[in-house]
Order: sequence, then structure tokens, then C-alpha cells
Amino acid sequence: MTAANHKLRNFKDALMQIVALLCAIIVVTPLVLIFYHLIKLGFSSINWAFFTQLPGPVGEPGGGMGNAIVGTFILLGQAAVIGVPVGVLGGVFLAEYGSPKSSGWIRFAADILNGVPSIVWGLVVYGLVVVPMHGFSALAGGVVLGLMMVPLVMRTTEEVLHLVPAGYREAALALGVSKWKTVLQIVVRTALKGIATGVLLAIARVAGETAPLLFTALGNNIWARSLTQPIAALPLQIFNYAMSPYDEWHRQAWAAALVLLLLVLFINIGVRFLTRDRWKAKI
Amino acid sequence: MNAIAINVNRKSSGVSHFGDSTFKWLTLLMALSVFVLIALIGYELFVGARPSIQKFGWHFLVSSSWDPVNGVFGALPYIFGTLVTSFIALLIAVPLSIATAVFLTELAPLWVRQPLIMFIELLAAIPSVILGFWGFYVMVPWLHDHVYPLLRSSLGFLPFFQGADHGPCILSAGIILAIMIIPIITSVSREILRSVPGLQREAAYALGATRWEVTRIAVLSYAKRGLFGAVILGLGRALGETMAVTMLIGNAPYIGWSVFAPGQTLASVLANEFTEASDPLYSSALFHVGLVLLGVTLLVNALARLLLVTFAGPGMKPQH
Repeated sequence: MTAANHKLRNFKDALMQIVALLCAIIVVTPLVLIFYHLIKLGFSSINWAFFTQLPGPVGEPGGGMGNAIVGTFILLGQAAVIGVPVGVLGGVFLAEYGSPKSSGWIRFAADILNGVPSIVWGLVVYGLVVVPMHGFSALAGGVVLGLMMVPLVMRTTEEVLHLVPAGYREAALALGVSKWKTVLQIVVRTALKGIATGVLLAIARVAGETAPLLFTALGNNIWARSLTQPIAALPLQIFNYAMSPYDEWHRQAWAAALVLLLLVLFINIGVRFLTRDRWKAKI
Repeated sequence: MNAIAINVNRKSSGVSHFGDSTFKWLTLLMALSVFVLIALIGYELFVGARPSIQKFGWHFLVSSSWDPVNGVFGALPYIFGTLVTSFIALLIAVPLSIATAVFLTELAPLWVRQPLIMFIELLAAIPSVILGFWGFYVMVPWLHDHVYPLLRSSLGFLPFFQGADHGPCILSAGIILAIMIIPIITSVSREILRSVPGLQREAAYALGATRWEVTRIAVLSYAKRGLFGAVILGLGRALGETMAVTMLIGNAPYIGWSVFAPGQTLASVLANEFTEASDPLYSSALFHVGLVLLGVTLLVNALARLLLVTFAGPGMKPQH
């Protein structure tokens, strides 16, 4: 009786371990498959023209996504200009100045903000920038991505600042250094690598955003000329080409998807090697 | 001599006091921007939606006529589509995610854990549009050839698995959503399981429990509330997810039993129709849709954060 019971329990134990292993395998399978298919379908279309030329006429072979690649970098640059200072300084407040209560509320609000659907951000910036400016613009695209970065950067900055040992602050303050200099020159400088990691991850995150750009940057087929005009972006171009009926555009979309995925994964893996030692535990 | 020293001291402390307070106020201002942004989001959507709110009121939520030509709008089919796709996503994602989190914290050998965690984080980093693209051209055809016929022949007596299936459908959208929320549920669940005290496990082992029994009795039931928070957080993501769903759901308003029918969600109708909405009432109705979506996701996210904070304390790491 007890022996049988024991056997059953051991069997269940082994069974559940196998089930958990299988689940873990199922979970990572899509990543492997996506990588495989993007390389298989996209790699052959990546060439010099892809990076340097404008999109070709409908259905004809040739052409590239040079403008979309440039556009994506312009949008990310604007986003960083908005998102990084606000996010980093806000994170400094949370970690260095806020009382547990005030920091708790701000942290809660930042997390809530993180959960706002990206398409809703698009609507908001449409009302905020596109309507007053009477048209879609690169500026609106930059603003929407920048605002989305704020809570991301704020929370990661706070996390890494908490990792700076309290002794560093105390030592500086004991030497008579004022608090803000202590924060900027000792605490922030010590955590700079970690902050940079958070910023890069936030950029990687918004780099792939498509939905908020639909009503802001809009996309087009020409080189970016001014911030008040619509601008092309890689994710937008992937969406438009993927949903088009032309095989040639599909091929280009696969290539663009591969390039975008490599960009995003490169940043994600890169920061892991950059900050292997101390910050690994938290980010 | 002494007086001079004091004087100098006072002067420099005065300067640094100015720097100190300026810097503190500057950081406070930046930190408060999150409240400003939340208010701004609510305000912009409300202003945009006002004509539609005035015209349709609460009826907007229960009416299923969406007729831009005659200016009649109701969001029920989109609310339905959003809820059903998110529900399907949870049905698939929750067991897989929690099992994977258990595997990562309780069972896996140490050398497997780090690479597996990285893989899951990379999965979370894949842009939605790429998942949608891959889903449309690779996953959906495969599902149609291999999985859906199987579902139909084995479970076809249920109303869910009846009706024609051509191309994109609610089930496909639910599956891609599951793939998208698995990473976040897994990594939050993993954090939760890691915060279960070791003593809890040791006590169960000391009573002679097997590894699975320890996990079930000492770990999972202890972490119930936190795990629930992780699931709700995943739900929040699923409700608002746009691009992949837009590409896979087929974009036709639908209320009914079949998961093989094309549908439409709150987010996908915005992505599809907003730039085409020329009529003011039409675009206002779309803002109204956005307001509903915002309301639902805010509630769900607030609930998730409350559960997580009360379980694990404010030390939870931020989730991207």
C-alpha cells in the first residue's frame, strides 16, 4: 500500500517535471521559428540597395528601404531627446529624494502608464500634436515614442540607483559635498552604465512600435526632409508591405523585419554583455 | 580669521542650497510628469470622444451597429472581440507561463536557467508587427493545415469549433496574443516564485514531500496571489495589443460562438479605421473606442499592480 503510494508519488513527480520541461520548450519555440523564417525569407533580399534606395514603384523589383531606416533613427533620436531627460531625472527623484509614500505613488503611476496600449498613445498624440499642427509629422512620431519611453526609463533608472551602495552617498556628504552634487557626480556617475542599459532597452522597445506611428508619423515613400512632414519608419513600412498583395513587397518586408529584429535583439543582447557584472541581477 | 572662514562657509552653503533645491524641484517635476501624462491621456481621449459620448452615451457599449454612412456607432462587437481574444490568450498562456516559471525556479539545472531566461526576454523584445507578419504568413497557414482540422474533428460538437474557417480568425489572433503575453507572465511569475522564502520549501522537503509536492503545496499555493497578479498583468497587455491582432483577426465585426470566424477588437478597429475617418462623428466614435480601451486597461493594470505590490512589496523589478 505505502510502496504503491510511494511509487505513484514518484511517478507524478517525474511526470510534472517532464511537463514543465515541455512547457518551457513550447514557450521558446516561436522565437526559434520566427528567427528561422525571417532569415530564410528575408536574408536574400538584404543588399546594398535595400539600405540605400527609396522604395520602388508598385510591384517592380528593386528599390529599398533607405528612407524608412533613416526615418526610424530620426524618430528614435527625437524620442530619446524627450524620454531620456524626463525619465532619468524622474528616476533620480524616486531613488534619491522621494519619501516611501510619494515614490510609491509615482512608481504606481509609472507602471500604470507602462500599461497604456500603444494605439491609445497614438490617439493622444494625434489630438495633442497632429490636430494643432494640421497634419501628420515626424515631430508627432518622435513625441509619441518619447512619451512612451518616459515611464520605462524612469523605472529602470530608479532600480539601478538603488543598487549604488549607501556608503558612497554618505562618504560624499560627510566630505561636505552638497546633496545634488553627490547625486549627480557620485550616484548617477556610478550607475551610469546601468542607466544607459535602461535607456537602450527603452529605445529598443519603442523602435519596434508600429501602432502609435499610424496616426502620427504616418509614413511615406520619400527621404525625410523636415520634422513637420510625415516620415517613413521601418515598422510602418513592414506593416504596409506585409499587407500589400505584391510578392516583391513581401520579400522586402521580410528583409525589413529581419533588419528590425536584428537591431532590437542586438541592443537587447548587447546591453547584457555591457553590464554583465553588477546590474545583471536587476534588469 | 575665524569670521572670514565662517563667512566663506556660509556663502558656499548658500550657493549649494540653491543648487540643491533647484535640482530637487527639477527631479520632482520630472517625476510628476507621469501624473500629468495620465491626466493628459484621459483628457485628450475625452475631448476627442465628447461628441460621440453626448450622442450615444452608455448605449455605445451595448450597441452593435457600426455604420459610418448613417452615423450610428456602437462598440459591442469590438468589446466582444477584445474579451474573447484575450480570454483565449490567457487560456493558452497561463498554464505554459506558470509551468515555465516553475521550471526556471524550481526544477531546471542552473546552467539551463540563464540562457532560457534570455530567450524568454528576447521573445518579449520581438516587435508586435513582426509577430503579426510571421503569424499571418507562417503560423496561420500551418494552423489551418494541421491544427484546426484536428480541433474540428475532435471537438467539433462544441459550438466554438463550428463554422467555416478561411484565413484569419479569432483563434489565430488569440494564439499570437498568447505568444506575446507568455514572456511577461513568465518573467513576473518567476520573480514571484523566487520571492517565496526558502524555508517554505525546506519545511515541505523535511516532511518527505517530493519535488512536485513541494512546488504545489509550499510554493504555488503560497504564491497564489502574486501569480494571479502576473496573470492579470498579462491580461492588461493582451487587451491593448494592436498590430499582431490587427494582422491576424480578419477585421470584421462579429459576435457569436465560433472561434474560426473573423473578428475585430477595440485596438484593431482603431488601427484599421482611424486614418480613414473623415466625418467628425466617425472619428469621435473612434476616440470613444479608445476611451473604452483605456478605461479597461487602466482598471486591469491597476488591479495587477495592487496584487503584485501587496504580494512582493514595492521591490518588484520594472517590466518592459
